[in-house]
Amino acid sequence: MKIYDGKYILIGLLVFGVLVTFPLWFDHGKAVAPADPSIKTPVIEAMMAKHCILPKDRMITEHMKLLNVWRTQVVRYGKTVYVAPGGEKYDMSLETECFRCHSNKAEFCDRCHNYAGLDKATDPYCFSCHVVPGEKNPGAGKVAMVHKESK
Amino acid sequence: MGIKFSLVAVVGLILAAYIGVTAAGLSHFFGVSMPYLAMILFLGGFVYRVLKWGRAPVPFRIPTTGGQEKSLPWIKHAKFDNPSTKGQTFVRMALEVLLFRSLFRNTKFEIEKGHKLFYQWEKWLWLASLTFHYCFLVILLRHLRFFTEPVPFFVHGLEGLDGFLQVGLPGIYITDGLFILAVTYLIIRRLIIPQVRYISLPQDYFPLFLILGIGLTGILTRYVYKVDLIKVKTLTMGLISFHPVIPAGIGPIFFIHFALVCTLFAYFPFSKLMHAGGIFLSPTRNLPNDSRIKRHVNPWNYPVKVHSYAEYEDHFREKMVEAGLPVDKELEEAPSASAKP
Repeated sequence: MKIYDGKYILIGLLVFGVLVTFPLWFDHGKAVAPADPSIKTPVIEAMMAKHCILPKDRMITEHMKLLNVWRTQVVRYGKTVYVAPGGEKYDMSLETECFRCHSNKAEFCDRCHNYAGLDKATDPYCFSCHVVPGEKNPGAGKVAMVHKESK
Repeated sequence: MGIKFSLVAVVGLILAAYIGVTAAGLSHFFGVSMPYLAMILFLGGFVYRVLKWGRAPVPFRIPTTGGQEKSLPWIKHAKFDNPSTKGQTFVRMALEVLLFRSLFRNTKFEIEKGHKLFYQWEKWLWLASLTFHYCFLVILLRHLRFFTEPVPFFVHGLEGLDGFLQVGLPGIYITDGLFILAVTYLIIRRLIIPQVRYISLPQDYFPLFLILGIGLTGILTRYVYKVDLIKVKTLTMGLISFHPVIPAGIGPIFFIHFALVCTLFAYFPFSKLMHAGGIFLSPTRNLPNDSRIKRHVNPWNYPVKVHSYAEYEDHFREKMVEAGLPVDKELEEAPSASAKP
């Protein structure tokens, strides 16, 4: 079997093979432990029946949509109270409501976001304005202050 | 006929994945066996096809040319439409592969007002194909976030650029919309231009419907019927590290999307989609047009035994002279040859 212009064809195939198998050699074939977000915070530990605003699996897939709706409701329509399907009322606020229980961003939010391949710095962009509990974020703090004063 | 067949095939695949995962308990098949099978078929088939093409000899220069050949110094040479060196051919190929230059040159002609032939630019096919291919590339690269840990920097860069509108959460990607638009154009074009429709076969419609299905199910997975991404990435990383696991509770929409993608990969080497590799092995594109500069000898020429006129005359000179036929050399001029039998 003779390959005509074999030099070029084999180099081309080699480049193709290397590019297509990128994930294989980039990961060195090791198994990575999946993200394991922690809900061990003082507030959650103290809860009798542990529950979030919506059932857990819905929170996992829908929390970003919910937060987006909250943002629109608060910023554009001035509504601040969210009524959950069960009838409980919640303050539509990332900082005072979500972080009241989930006060551990690094072990909760970030673990999944990093594993899912979101860019740590910019995605999700919640924290380019919002203050992370327990963290100093002077630039973001100023924006939040201005926002509160103008209300 | 071809349209119906292709549509039924794609809908059948979607239903098979949906029913297989929700009712028949075939998660393992659709989550593990099918992707591995598809990758083997894709890689093996791709290499096989390319090597098969490589075995076909191309002894002569047969490039299709679209400009002035290299000629006298005062005639302007169209370097990239009629390349005469390897370097020029390389540029021509690069323009072809990266910018689809031959599609850009597409014209349509029609007779207008009864008796005049008009040639017009026809750029829509070029625009839609270029959009389609580059969007597909960006989407493919974006998906690396499910197959790598840690995620390489360029994936973040792409996501940032692609989602810079920051509309909604999860934010919409520009390429998603453009991709669907472009594929839709490519389908509609096949359906409404009579000449194109006439030459369209099931193998033309099937990849289009399959790719449209992949795009739509992907968009549904991201924005509407959302799935637990952590579980999805556990599955994909398991495949990549050859320790496959199927986490419970991934929505069927993911398996539908995944099954369609696997089908595309498996189908790739057997179909017209192989133009991805074929473009590089097209003798009408990848050869410099240097037939008038260099002599190209067919490498498998059979050694033909020739009998030249000089030799013929040497054999029969005496008989020719006897019969009064004219000869190049007279008898006395060629004493040694006439001695031969």
